Amino acid sequence: MTFGTATGDGERGAGFRVDGTWVGAPVTRKEDPRLLTGGARFVDDIHLPRMLHAAFVRSTVASGHVTSVDLSRVLEVPGVVAAFTAEDLDLGDITPRLDRPPEEYTETSMPILARDRVRFVGEPVAVVLAEDPYAAEDGIEAADVTYDVTPPVLSEEQALAPEANAVHEQAPGNVLLDVSMFASDGIDDVFAEAPCVVQVHTRTGRQNALPLETRGVVAGWDSRAEQLLVQTCTQVPHQVRTVLAGSLGMAESTVRVLVPDMGGGFGIKCVVGREEIAVAAASIRVRRPVKWIEDRKDALSASFLAREQRYDARAAFDETGRILGLDVDVLCDMGAYSCYPFTVGIEPLMASSEMPGVYRVPAYRVRGRAIATNKAPTAPYRGVSRPQHVMVMERLVERAARELGLDPLEVRRRNLITVFPYTGVNNVTYDPGSYLESLNLCERVIADEGWYETRRAAADQGRVLGIGYSCFNERTGYGSDAFAKRKMQAVPGFDISEIRMDTAGAVVVTTGTMSHGQSHETTMAQIVADKLGLPLDKVKIQQGDTDRVAYGWGSFASRSITIGGTAVALAAGNLGGKLLDLGAHLLETPRDNVELGDEGVRQRDDPARGLSYRDIADVAYLKSHLLPKETEPGLQASASFDGVGDGTFSNASHGVVVELHRDTGRVEILRYVCVEDCGVAINPQVVDGQARGGIAQGIAGALFEKVTYDENGEPSAASFLDYKVPTACEIPDVGMHHIETPCLFTDNGAKGAGEGGTIGAPAAVLNAVNDALRPTGVELNDTPITPQQVFDALTGALEVAP
Amino acid sequence: MKPPPFTYHRARDVAGATDLVAELGEDAKFLAGGQSLIPMMNFRLARPEHLIDIGRLGELSFVDVGPESLRVGSLSTHRAVETADLGAGFEVVRDTMRWIGHLPIRTKGTVGGSLAHADATAEWCLLAVLLDADIVVAGAGGRRRTIAASEAFLGFYTTVLEEDELIVEVAFGRPAPHAAVTEFAERKGDFALVSAAVDLDVSSGTVSGGRVALGGVGPAVVRVPEAERVLHAGGRAGTDLFETCAQAAAQAVEPPGDDDAGTGYRKALVRNLVVRACEEAVAR
Repeated sequence: MTFGTATGDGERGAGFRVDGTWVGAPVTRKEDPRLLTGGARFVDDIHLPRMLHAAFVRSTVASGHVTSVDLSRVLEVPGVVAAFTAEDLDLGDITPRLDRPPEEYTETSMPILARDRVRFVGEPVAVVLAEDPYAAEDGIEAADVTYDVTPPVLSEEQALAPEANAVHEQAPGNVLLDVSMFASDGIDDVFAEAPCVVQVHTRTGRQNALPLETRGVVAGWDSRAEQLLVQTCTQVPHQVRTVLAGSLGMAESTVRVLVPDMGGGFGIKCVVGREEIAVAAASIRVRRPVKWIEDRKDALSASFLAREQRYDARAAFDETGRILGLDVDVLCDMGAYSCYPFTVGIEPLMASSEMPGVYRVPAYRVRGRAIATNKAPTAPYRGVSRPQHVMVMERLVERAARELGLDPLEVRRRNLITVFPYTGVNNVTYDPGSYLESLNLCERVIADEGWYETRRAAADQGRVLGIGYSCFNERTGYGSDAFAKRKMQAVPGFDISEIRMDTAGAVVVTTGTMSHGQSHETTMAQIVADKLGLPLDKVKIQQGDTDRVAYGWGSFASRSITIGGTAVALAAGNLGGKLLDLGAHLLETPRDNVELGDEGVRQRDDPARGLSYRDIADVAYLKSHLLPKETEPGLQASASFDGVGDGTFSNASHGVVVELHRDTGRVEILRYVCVEDCGVAINPQVVDGQARGGIAQGIAGALFEKVTYDENGEPSAASFLDYKVPTACEIPDVGMHHIETPCLFTDNGAKGAGEGGTIGAPAAVLNAVNDALRPTGVELNDTPITPQQVFDALTGALEVAP
Repeated sequence: MKPPPFTYHRARDVAGATDLVAELGEDAKFLAGGQSLIPMMNFRLARPEHLIDIGRLGELSFVDVGPESLRVGSLSTHRAVETADLGAGFEVVRDTMRWIGHLPIRTKGTVGGSLAHADATAEWCLLAVLLDADIVVAGAGGRRRTIAASEAFLGFYTTVLEEDELIVEVAFGRPAPHAAVTEFAERKGDFALVSAAVDLDVSSGTVSGGRVALGGVGPAVVRVPEAERVLHAGGRAGTDLFETCAQAAAQAVEPPGDDDAGTGYRKALVRNLVVRACEEAVAR
């Protein structure tokens, strides 16, 4: 049986694993029936008896001292049941920590509700509980909060100005992280002597990850379980439990976090938010369950944001286009607060460590800074810094190619890492990938489809087409060693799985990862089904329940299939071992004469002789007197897995063809090609979906989305009118091609596939736009690119780059 | 994003709706498709104390195509117009519907609601002004009057309608076989940065007159006499004439700019979109 074939160029043409295995097959998703027929249960679908609805009184000023909070009129609003301030709830702050010295990192705390200070418009000041969400919103209007307003810090210029107000007292200069991770000896000489030095200065717009499902929670005390039951959409259930219990001063065992179906997260749900904790605390006060569903206005203005960065980068090249050195200063505007557990270091540390990417960079210096401003805080958004720094790196390569009169693809080829494992100047060891092969295939696809001829023919007609590429890798499967290099005090990495077979021979497998739309119920079941010779419908994945699932780190950093997927495979393998032990005993044959087959154990020398799992389970559970003396009843096993070394690197090349419309400045994407390599694709359909969705979000950053504020710090893109998330009309279909370079340490060769699409898209789109603009001499390096900028470039109204 | 409390009324007929609004005064609003009013209420930017739902006034939902005229009931949805056969004289009305929001919006939003809301980029306002439509309104006590579209729109979301008046119909009395509307927005379905509409008097390749209207260049949709004068001066239907006309239109307006789209850019859009509209109109 053949499910699909790789379109790789033959050198690695292993194709997807097929022939009767689940791994590699584009099986339809186990989640789909309920998701597509209205049977899914999201947080907002949960209705509990006596449940109240919460809304938050939010700061109307970007920076100031709270001088009074008067909620007396709130309580007079019909339907309002209670209202609480920070003082009423008396909750512990959220304090993310890094093990770095004070000159590198300034620790700050985020209160659950603002106390004396407010630091951004939308910061929660009080929580109002009412019988319905309408009354709750009437209630917040009746709150009377007064502020002593101070001038807000809204840009890096304002933050770094000598007389700037301090967003946090402990950081007078507003720099919360300042780290120079790498500085090669003699790098100044490298630049001084290099025949070619190019620079790129880039600013990238602040973005919102924008899951379709906003944040939300239903919390209430369960007196039968003697537990606080917190049902919330989070990527990290155990971390929410830890922080929530700590903030409320409760034992972790008295908190159960349960995650229903999720409508996306993209990273903003892998940090612990304050509203969920305030709602949980309030529910205990009023002894009633409380629901909070973030509305879109708050999601756009008061949630976690990302990606506002400035790069001053230069690179040195020799005459043949080989990179000699890279020197980067990256400054990230992290907004008002540090996020748990990642801290404000998330973006600058990622950029510092990963910037050299797929290229051999012999000398490297980087300074990464995180600054505080009076804007909504930030969280890791899909790709974390890589969409930006890959863009900068790819622009540097393009500029050098222009300067040297070389083909930019040839410059890439001369610098791509091709011998693995490769340990870079950034102290990172890269496992095997298909950097060169993916670029070659990507170029070939674009060429074979005739786009170079089309570009030429279009130019003859006065049309403006451009072709651009990007090359990148994506570190996935970070283990605890890799995260420890970040010096986080809470170090993610491992995952634990437990597996149980029931009396009918079906299994339930736990995973500490948390699918928020990535189809883990399907892909992990495929892995387990292969291990045990089970049909998919006899494998159930259990996730998102801190009472039922062993401590896990949730889903982020494309870790689920690499780490979680290997843990479920190992647990299944361990259970398989027990089944073999028992099978051999019951068949009265040596252990090495049995193997796992089709839902059972069979004899190697006589495959007709065997026992079904049901037969074995019958003994393990219902006839345990037949078990060997030393064997425990039941069929269960567990395993854990941690990432190895520096993790495993997925890679991809993207090729984009754009047309710039002369009459409007519109950038139309005519063609998008993605050649990706995530090792063994457990389910190619899921991989394609991840890439396509990621690419859409990357295009959004390149051409459309930008969170903006007015001069007082009031969000000015607080609805979809102004925050221009692209729709299906703006996002092209993506031609997907695959190369498979299996990971050597994951159980099935899979690498992570969650973020790559987002990472490669801004660079490829920008390169394509700049290719089209080449006759004008204008280069656009800031994102999002607006139609007016393109129009001005085409009409000669923009300054030509030096 | 939940509205403040309001009282809901459902109208049984036009007279009942207008009499009730007269009685309730300025705190009452008609509710038709709700595609503008409801979001504004959810943001608490609009806070009517009374909503009078006219959604069941079936007599206001019609599309009546005559040999030389088109009448559209105010409760007709954009989608109903988009899918109607309006004949060669009014194809432009049907084809303009695709510019209005997205399909779900077009299946709910109504012609009358759009005219009454009077957004500066509203396609119905643009069509009405371009084609010199008549807007028929009903008032309390069975009063009726007809307002020329050219007199209807005063500025930002402001019309000449009295508080008790309800739009019942928009009537187009002159076929426009060579008219076209085009727009530019960053995303499909967005409010236009600039929209341009032209209606050409063209015969055997020669233009002898025409009308030009623009959206998004000021507080309300406007006709551009400076550009129309170019068309009246006449000439061969082609690039030279269209560009002269478009240039005149761009020079005549001073659209408000912002960081992402300045005045100069918007004027350039006016110029290019008027050319595009002329080309589409003459090709019709």
